Amino acid sequence: MEIPAGLPRAQGLYDPRRERDACGVGFVAHIKGKKSHDIVSNGLTILNNLTHRGATGADPLHGDGAGILVQIPDAFFREEMAKQGVKLPKAGAYGVGMVFLPQNPAARSACVREIERAIANEGQVLLGWREVPVDPTSLGHTAKGTMPVIRQVFVGAGRDQLDRDAFERKLYIIRKASGHAIRALGLATAGQFYVPSFSHRTIVYKGMLLAHQVGEFFTDLRDKRFVSALALAHQRFSTNTFPTWDLAHPFRFIAHNGEINTLQGNLNWIRSRQATIHSKLLGPDLDKIWPLIYEGQSDSASFDNALELLVMGGYPIAHAMMLMIPEAWAGNPLMDAKRRAFYEYHAALMEPWDGPAAVAFTDGKFIGATLDRNGLRPARYFITEDDLIVMSSEMGVLDIPQSKIVKKWRLQPGKMLLVDIEHGHIVSDDELKRDLAAERPYQDWLDRTQLRLEDLPSPGAVPTPDTDKLLDRQQAFGYTQEDLKMLLTPMAVAGEEPVGSMGDDTPVAVLSNRSKPLYTYFRQLFAQVTNPPIDPIREQLVMSLVSFIGPRPNLLSPDSTEPVMRLEVAQPILTFEDMEKLRRASESTSGHFVSEILSMCYPSEWGVEGMEPALARLCADAEDAVRKGVNIIILTDRDTSAELVPIPALLATAAVHHHLVRAGLRTRSGLVVETGSAREVHHFACLAGFGAEAIHPNLAFATLLDIKDGLPQMVDDKELVKRYIKAIGKGLLKVMSKMGISTYQSYCGAQIFEAVGLNTKFVEKYFTGTPSAIEGIGLAQVAEEAVRLHRQAYSDAPLYRDRLDPGGDYAYRIRGEAHVWTPDAIAKLQHSTRSGSFATYKEYAKLINEQSERLMTLRGLFEIRCAPTPVPLEEVESAKEIVKRFATGAMSLGSISHEAHSTLAIAMNRLGGKSNTGEGGEDPIRYVPLPNGDSMRSAIKQVAAGRFGVTTEYLVNADDLQIKMAQGAKPGEGGQLPGHKVSRYIAKVRHTVPGVGLISPPPHHDIYSIEDLAQLIHDLKNVNPAARVSVKLVSEIGVGTVAAGVAKAKADHVTISGFDGGTGASPLSSIKHAGSPWEIGLAETQQTLVLNKLRSRICVQTDGQMKTGRDVVIGALLGADEFGFATAPLVVEGCIMMRKCHLNTCPVGVATQDPELIKKFAGKPEHVINYFFFVAEEVREWMAKMGFRRFEDMVGRSDMLDMRRGVEHWKAKGLDFSRLFYRPPVDETVAIRWTERQDHCLDKALDHHLVEKARPALDSKRPVQFESAIFNRNRTVGAMLSGEVARRYGHAGLPEDTVHVKFKGTAGQTFGGWLAHGVTFELEGDANDYVGKGLCGGRIVVYPSKDCPIVPEENIIVGNTVMYGAITGEAYFRGVAGERFAVRNSGATAVVEGVGDHGCEYMTGGTVVVLGKAGRNFAAGMSGGIAYVLDEEGDFSQRCNLAMVELEPIPEEDRIAADAGANVELETHGKVAIDHVAGDDGATIKALVQRHLLFTGSERARRILENWATYLPRFVKVMPLEYRRALAEMAQEQARRGGTAKGAEVRAND
Amino acid sequence: MGKITGFMEIARKDRGYEPVTERIKVYREFVRALPDADMGQQGARCMDCGIPFCQTGCPVNNVIPDWNDLVYRGHWRQALDVLHSTNNFPEFTGRVCPAPCEAACTLNINNDPVAIKSIEQAIVDKGWIEGWIQPEAPARKTGKMVAVIGSGPAGLACSQQLARAGHAVTLFEKSDRIGGLLRYGIPDFKMEKHHIDRRMAQMKAEGVTFRTGVHVGVTLKAKEILADFDAVVLAGGSEKPRDLPVPGRELSGIHYAMEFLPQQNKVVAGDKVAGQILATGRHVVVIGGGDTGSDCIGTSIRQGAKSVMNFELLPKPPDQEDKPLTWPYWPLKLRTSSSHDEGAQRDFAVATKRFEGEGGKVTSLTACRVEWVKDEKGGMAMKEVAGSEFTIPADLVLLAMGYVHPVHEGIVADLGVEKDARGNVKATTDGKGCYATSVAKVFAAGDMRRGQSLVVWAIREGRQCAREVDAFLMGSSDLPR
Repeated sequence: MEIPAGLPRAQGLYDPRRERDACGVGFVAHIKGKKSHDIVSNGLTILNNLTHRGATGADPLHGDGAGILVQIPDAFFREEMAKQGVKLPKAGAYGVGMVFLPQNPAARSACVREIERAIANEGQVLLGWREVPVDPTSLGHTAKGTMPVIRQVFVGAGRDQLDRDAFERKLYIIRKASGHAIRALGLATAGQFYVPSFSHRTIVYKGMLLAHQVGEFFTDLRDKRFVSALALAHQRFSTNTFPTWDLAHPFRFIAHNGEINTLQGNLNWIRSRQATIHSKLLGPDLDKIWPLIYEGQSDSASFDNALELLVMGGYPIAHAMMLMIPEAWAGNPLMDAKRRAFYEYHAALMEPWDGPAAVAFTDGKFIGATLDRNGLRPARYFITEDDLIVMSSEMGVLDIPQSKIVKKWRLQPGKMLLVDIEHGHIVSDDELKRDLAAERPYQDWLDRTQLRLEDLPSPGAVPTPDTDKLLDRQQAFGYTQEDLKMLLTPMAVAGEEPVGSMGDDTPVAVLSNRSKPLYTYFRQLFAQVTNPPIDPIREQLVMSLVSFIGPRPNLLSPDSTEPVMRLEVAQPILTFEDMEKLRRASESTSGHFVSEILSMCYPSEWGVEGMEPALARLCADAEDAVRKGVNIIILTDRDTSAELVPIPALLATAAVHHHLVRAGLRTRSGLVVETGSAREVHHFACLAGFGAEAIHPNLAFATLLDIKDGLPQMVDDKELVKRYIKAIGKGLLKVMSKMGISTYQSYCGAQIFEAVGLNTKFVEKYFTGTPSAIEGIGLAQVAEEAVRLHRQAYSDAPLYRDRLDPGGDYAYRIRGEAHVWTPDAIAKLQHSTRSGSFATYKEYAKLINEQSERLMTLRGLFEIRCAPTPVPLEEVESAKEIVKRFATGAMSLGSISHEAHSTLAIAMNRLGGKSNTGEGGEDPIRYVPLPNGDSMRSAIKQVAAGRFGVTTEYLVNADDLQIKMAQGAKPGEGGQLPGHKVSRYIAKVRHTVPGVGLISPPPHHDIYSIEDLAQLIHDLKNVNPAARVSVKLVSEIGVGTVAAGVAKAKADHVTISGFDGGTGASPLSSIKHAGSPWEIGLAETQQTLVLNKLRSRICVQTDGQMKTGRDVVIGALLGADEFGFATAPLVVEGCIMMRKCHLNTCPVGVATQDPELIKKFAGKPEHVINYFFFVAEEVREWMAKMGFRRFEDMVGRSDMLDMRRGVEHWKAKGLDFSRLFYRPPVDETVAIRWTERQDHCLDKALDHHLVEKARPALDSKRPVQFESAIFNRNRTVGAMLSGEVARRYGHAGLPEDTVHVKFKGTAGQTFGGWLAHGVTFELEGDANDYVGKGLCGGRIVVYPSKDCPIVPEENIIVGNTVMYGAITGEAYFRGVAGERFAVRNSGATAVVEGVGDHGCEYMTGGTVVVLGKAGRNFAAGMSGGIAYVLDEEGDFSQRCNLAMVELEPIPEEDRIAADAGANVELETHGKVAIDHVAGDDGATIKALVQRHLLFTGSERARRILENWATYLPRFVKVMPLEYRRALAEMAQEQARRGGTAKGAEVRAND
Repeated sequence: MGKITGFMEIARKDRGYEPVTERIKVYREFVRALPDADMGQQGARCMDCGIPFCQTGCPVNNVIPDWNDLVYRGHWRQALDVLHSTNNFPEFTGRVCPAPCEAACTLNINNDPVAIKSIEQAIVDKGWIEGWIQPEAPARKTGKMVAVIGSGPAGLACSQQLARAGHAVTLFEKSDRIGGLLRYGIPDFKMEKHHIDRRMAQMKAEGVTFRTGVHVGVTLKAKEILADFDAVVLAGGSEKPRDLPVPGRELSGIHYAMEFLPQQNKVVAGDKVAGQILATGRHVVVIGGGDTGSDCIGTSIRQGAKSVMNFELLPKPPDQEDKPLTWPYWPLKLRTSSSHDEGAQRDFAVATKRFEGEGGKVTSLTACRVEWVKDEKGGMAMKEVAGSEFTIPADLVLLAMGYVHPVHEGIVADLGVEKDARGNVKATTDGKGCYATSVAKVFAAGDMRRGQSLVVWAIREGRQCAREVDAFLMGSSDLPR
């Protein structure tokens, strides 16, 4: 692969391909195309004001890259070139190539020569070269060291080039051709060669620079003659600290903030088109562009390459962007038919490039930006009266007087902003898409070419499932009793994937003694930090399972002059009937579709050796078939029999898929798999991920029909199949969404997996591009497993005669899969810790540690090297010190009982270790020490996506604040606490309502990227500067890169969890198949951090089935400073691995909220303490043997590890841990453990000033009022002040309005975060994302500047994700808010004049009044609280997600009148208290609108109040069903108690 | 999985006994089965644990949660299949097993365990009644000949497994009837003998040849066996009883339990036994507080003993075990058998010092009290309590103090197999070459290998040994372990 200069080569587990980035992006343009130098300077200013979105590495002068894209400043270049005697042709008739050249002169000259040769070859004219003047003085050492020589090449149009677009195409070909030629030279320093731009319209200045350095470094940019009508700027935040000049944005067309999740698939699909693509415009030149995308390029660079091809191929740039990032059209009933037809037509041309993305783009004629379908990146813009448009990740980046601004808006999900500079106007999203959709008769074309499988004629006789020898066939495919009982049955009955609990303690497939399905060697990847997972249930509107089977049209033939028939399926799981239709496709489609069935089976007598040739033949047959015109290949193993053994379907699918990709034929044919092996969600995900466009699980269906009579309920055949398909479909959506992928089409072939236990040779051959860290088995062993299963299946052995293998994967079975937790291990651990017997503990440890007979874990295969002379045990650091490195895992109160939870806390506090609250808050009573001196306070406070109970008081009572990005048992997924589990106590601690279900979203809605994480870290640090901020990640390939990013985002602590961590409830497929062992992730983390010189700044913890001292030692040697334990301490407390946590029936009172069962809890802190001391003593024994006196000496010493010798296991012997044990060669000054603190730059916080001013209030509750200016770089304003309030006065805070601050300007992110009770923030101006995050009783008021001429209710006032996780308090916004307003609001009150998509998502309490339009998917996942939406156009119900709520009218006016006066206090400045039980809706709305008017001076509020009788009926009440039920129950209880509606106890809203 | 909340809603209900006054009149079984519906409810108490400790508590590793669930859901026939997949003779264990599974049951931590043993018996009894239990003759014969010596539970289980794998099995038994201790050690009131006969019929149909009255190593020489068979399994039990060498031991009226118990079983079976040892009208002292002692008590009472005294050398165990430190293992606690309830007195920490007699016949027994103290090595040592000596009348003394090892004379000596430190035939149970003795193609299983133990352990070893023999004969084995 091509490694950009500056990035280290792949070494150990580090791979430069995993690098990630995210960024701040912005542009400024003159709408009428007026060029000026001001535009360029403004571009640079935007960069400066986005500095906080970038990052620096170990060297503060060393940024991650920044740059700017502008139009070619003709006059400037003309004069500059004239100086060297070159007279440039007229503007537009010459192009400029910006070129990075190697420092080595010889190499440089070779590169120059190739460019010149290409210019000549393409018939254009070399005009001359220009040395780009640079001033490197401000550059950091590393950036200087890798700085290329930067030159510009001027190319004149050849005689034949009259058309400017044609000339641009020629420049493109010159660049591609010369690039390929230079690559072919194989120069050692070729990595430095790079062409940022080569165009006659635009030019890019960029480099390994900090934002402010761009203008300083490139002196051209400061030249007054340097003019442009547009400037696109970008500041990068990468996960590494390596100096790479070319990875900076902008690229030639785009600057990107976000991440393409489906990159591998997109690259494969691009590559697979090579043989079939052709273009009228490019003609034979098209052949010169391949490879279009070099291997190993960043996602943004690859995207740019693909976009460039589309533009060069004739698509207008906006059209091309819509092709690559389409909005969600499949499930959108609101989209007009033409536009839908446009998208549907294009869907077959190219799969979406899926992921969070704000992409700003320009071709020099148009400039614009688009947002991904889910709106996961911020993009705000404003327009001035003098035709300036400024778009940026945040507001406030340019200091333009408010009086000049005429419009403030934001980019909405899937929408595009486009400025037509040549014609001087803004093209609205609607106009643009309407025009494009109308340009061609897409619907007609669809009607002519699009076939839906469901619409094909029914084939009449459908073959019934083959029940003959069903058991044999089940056995041949490795079915177990558990597959039937634990997986298929629940899917058939409930249409849902089954849920389980606790972690996976079985060996990974390569260590198992049993024949495992090949699927189990692949582990699902998931999004963490650098991109968000999606909630496929609550945000279903962006998800799609639509799949295309069959050939794809020519990508570069947009006009349908060569119609290609397409076959669409609504979802990819095919029934028997569907399959029959496919087999007979030729008859029913008049020969448009021709399917061919290829068998994946081969004669069993060929044995293990037969599989490789059989595969080769299968691939060749597939190629032949496609070449002869077959366009649907059906791979089948239905002919499996005693004589025919099946190749694992996944292997056959991937092999054929990659073979066709390599042959460039893949897009000519569909690939459908009919297999007996696929039965659970993960199997389907694997097949899809490696190329199957549709799957028919024939044996799973046959099995379901066979067990029908034994099901707990009667279900007819059709329904059974339907429910199963539904369950698989939902599961697939979940698997896709955990990586942030929303469409099956882009998931298909995207290879979102890593292999664990497969060797590189095998993977590269059949699963090309899939990472594999530890080697393992190859084709021979894979074949062996298949052949063994087959032999057993068709033998007459009594063992298999009448029953399936027991399985034992989900519950321990003696004759099933092995588990680390055995009855003996649990008994010995419990007995030892209860009796205090170290001898018994050692028996336990021996059972866990010694795996010579039973391979269980990777670390079980490690050998720890001993010193020739051991250290005397008494000289080794004491156990008392070692236990301080131990923490218990994040288990929420809710998942475990209060008793189990507080016992752990007491034990850890006595030890000096740390316990963890888990998600769900903490009862403040636990902050108070117990009379005997014990404390139930958890030192680690978790901040999870649900933000339940994350109050200011909670945050200040922490030693560590842990941001849970992922959880080992279900990385990339959210959670749900059903209403019946939300007891009075849990509701209290979580600040929610008893009996109302709570949903934790999969992503943190304030972390969609690495720079967002930096923001949250900054937020938390502000609230509690003394606490360490920790980020919890789960081991997967690339986690080391993410950890490096986390370190750069200034986390103090990072946790690397293994996939095997426990859970209170999680889908079984997630427990089993997502994430990897911590040994791999930890090693990658250590290596990457050391390589980046970041290790010293961050403390590394690891957890995941941590059980013994040996586990700790291995963790330390691989690089961990600290260790987390969860299951083992629970076992010490009495857990006996029932795996019933999700059923609330834990018989030992550990994982239950049932009061009767809790009584049975018998754990004691002493037992837990015994356990940790035993572990520490065992650690000491190991340290003595290794010769270490101090624990810290052991950290990162992976050279003390070795693979255990003499491993004879048939599968495990192929493992190779050398990459795991690799130590990057760094000099001694580079720390390999945690040694220093991060600099959080808190000294710059505006809050220091606020705290000082508020001193009288803080010290003696004396009211203070003052004013302050505010800018977008003032982030997290109010959090530190609120922390001070909470530290002194707890959650109750100060009396109303004690501190009142009036701000003027544009506030940075997280304005008023965790604002405490008694603090009022009034802002004149506007604010960015996360206003009122975690609001904790304070009041926030935002209204536009008085001089700003905009109409507030038609303009945006605050950004996205406002009031996320608000606990209580109130907010008034005069204007429209962005997406996800009041997401996860627990109890705050807000009034706003319009909201974007996903308003009130996951809300559990509180009141929201929307005095304007609400976007789509309002109230998704809303289980509590009430929203009132003013629905003037009467179409709100179409945009509201009605899955959990109902819309109610507001009662009549007369009733309101009767109740008038009930809320007198609302008229005052007093705190608003809203009583949802009493249900005086009209009064509530009126009072809130009155307050809105009072605080913001809103004209809209005034108008509504003045016409109250007209407006009131137009309000719609959004009422969650569960909440209504809970309120009714409260009312009943209240009546029973004889209380009144005002009874404090039953107030839903605090 | 049973009923999710079954354990919280349903109390343990177990089989009852016939009243003492009735049952001691006869030798038939006196356990009253529960109706199917009740058994189903009891099955519902099973929690389908993530780790079913019962399964490891059970020596044959019965897949208990599965059949509990099936019984709860009324799928008795499937339950029987699952039960038989791990246990050849559930009707034996359902009657005489002390049920370590129930001790290990997760509900036993802080509640009453699931009535596993009763459910097991209910399943298999139903299977016989319904005619579901039929011979499972092998599809193919291997042509290999295997001799199994000893027809106790180990030999029976081993033979049945080997026969089902297609081998020609000959089962040798020195007594006149098949069954070993099942036949002659366990009284009929615990387990009626037609259960064995029924299984024999099944096994005959599956191809096992029974040869009773052949005492291999005595009446049939080992070398003939070795010459005639491809493999030999020693399953002769651990029959050498522990003696009590105190003054007066030579007096008549002092017998080993295994001299006493078989005679009664033969009488029940219709045989005539000349000079049967009878407790009728006598003061009986049973020495040894284990299961065999218990069987001696029950038999003595049925024979009409005047009094029955039971001595145990060890101190009286606690009434309740210390569950947090014992569960899931088999705990030390006071166990009162049905026989104890039928009218015996029990005394603990008693050591017999001598027997006194008249005319060569025992008439009384002198014993003393002992206390157990830790010695310097940390082990427990016995110390006589000064002045605690006492004498009680005894005209029938039954020694039930366990068995030390297999009888060495005969086959063990004849084959010359290596013995372990305790005098058992040496063979391992795991890994390569397990169950094989030091003599080629000779295997050992059951008490003969492990020393005195439970029926269920014997079945386990018989099954596992069969797998090893099969692998030895065929190169690999598909027999379940």
